[in-house]
Amino acid sequence: MFDIIIIGAGPAGISAGLYAKRAGANVLILYYGQSNLQRASKIDNYYGFENGIDGETLYKSGINQAENLGIEIYEEEVLNITKKDTEFAIETTENRYTSKAVIIATGNKKSRPNIDGVLEFEGKGISYCAICDGFFYRNKNVVVIGNGKFALSEANNLKNIVNKVTILTNGDHIENNFDFDVIDKKIKAICGEQKVNSIEFADGTSIDTSGVFIALGEAGGSDFAKKIGVLLNGDNIVVDDNMKTNIDGLYACGNSTGGLLQVCKAVYEGAKAGLACASYTKNI
Amino acid sequence: MGVLKITEDNFESEVLQSQKPVIIDFYAEWCGPCKMMSPVIDSIAEELGEAVKVGKVNSDENIELAEKYSIMSIPTIMIFKNGNLDKTFVGVTDKSTIIEAVK
Repeated sequence: MFDIIIIGAGPAGISAGLYAKRAGANVLILYYGQSNLQRASKIDNYYGFENGIDGETLYKSGINQAENLGIEIYEEEVLNITKKDTEFAIETTENRYTSKAVIIATGNKKSRPNIDGVLEFEGKGISYCAICDGFFYRNKNVVVIGNGKFALSEANNLKNIVNKVTILTNGDHIENNFDFDVIDKKIKAICGEQKVNSIEFADGTSIDTSGVFIALGEAGGSDFAKKIGVLLNGDNIVVDDNMKTNIDGLYACGNSTGGLLQVCKAVYEGAKAGLACASYTKNI
Repeated sequence: MGVLKITEDNFESEVLQSQKPVIIDFYAEWCGPCKMMSPVIDSIAEELGEAVKVGKVNSDENIELAEKYSIMSIPTIMIFKNGNLDKTFVGVTDKSTIIEAVK
């Protein structure tokens, strides 16, 4: 078992790892997909780089720095976080890890898609957690909106409860090696009256459905948060002054907590989360 | 007065006929976020004491009640006043938001 598992290897996650490791904690960092930092062509406003630095170089330097300190870093997609008593379990596409504490540093991926009807029907047929809400759709037809392993994982959680699961990619073309029907048409709107009853596609066709489970791209901070019961403000994770969420042992830092989406803020919050989390793991 | 176990049998008398505002937490044993919400509900009951009634409904065991109130996502917190549904919060909700809503 690790003391701390950090999800995300951007400035917040790496900074958290450095401080936690130096405080004596046994740390694992898991990351997957492209960081916001990698997409920044040039950063001119971060301390100490008189000629600026490109995001990709800064990102890779951070990972190298953590590896040099002896932190284990694996590129694996995290699908879910659960907690039993004081132990966390992290399920990835390849493995299952356990830890005393978890730091979410996954960036600010929005879990809510920009589709008409999403806001209107949240809690009325739209769900972000198959394992929590699948039960309410027993023997009904549902759809999962997404295009990756996260969507597949949600579909698998549903398949033994509901009548039929269809995956909707919302316009993305994917190789269908799933056990589910896949529709890759662009979605126009989620429709219903008191609750969801159908999805309308851009080409004018539609599919009847009782439930819509949203699992876009790879699972992000707010996706994990919703599944384990972290308090959110919109898509931002709510934390206290020590970067702790409402759940003991679960911390968040960087863009996942909202506010200024800058490297300096992510590094600072990462340091605070790493120190607070290391202190927590010594005392449980 | 602590937290009441609300079922289909006592919902009418304990919730709809209550003279006080009632906070109801729809949950299930297998729901992770519900486990995080549960202690918050307990602490609201303790903090507000006799001013309100607080109850929990196991939506697994009270399917008709969950269907009647169109519960499709848990935890769902409902506030009843004078026998009517006044407010609904879906998902883990801040303690202060619930206390403010019941006033």
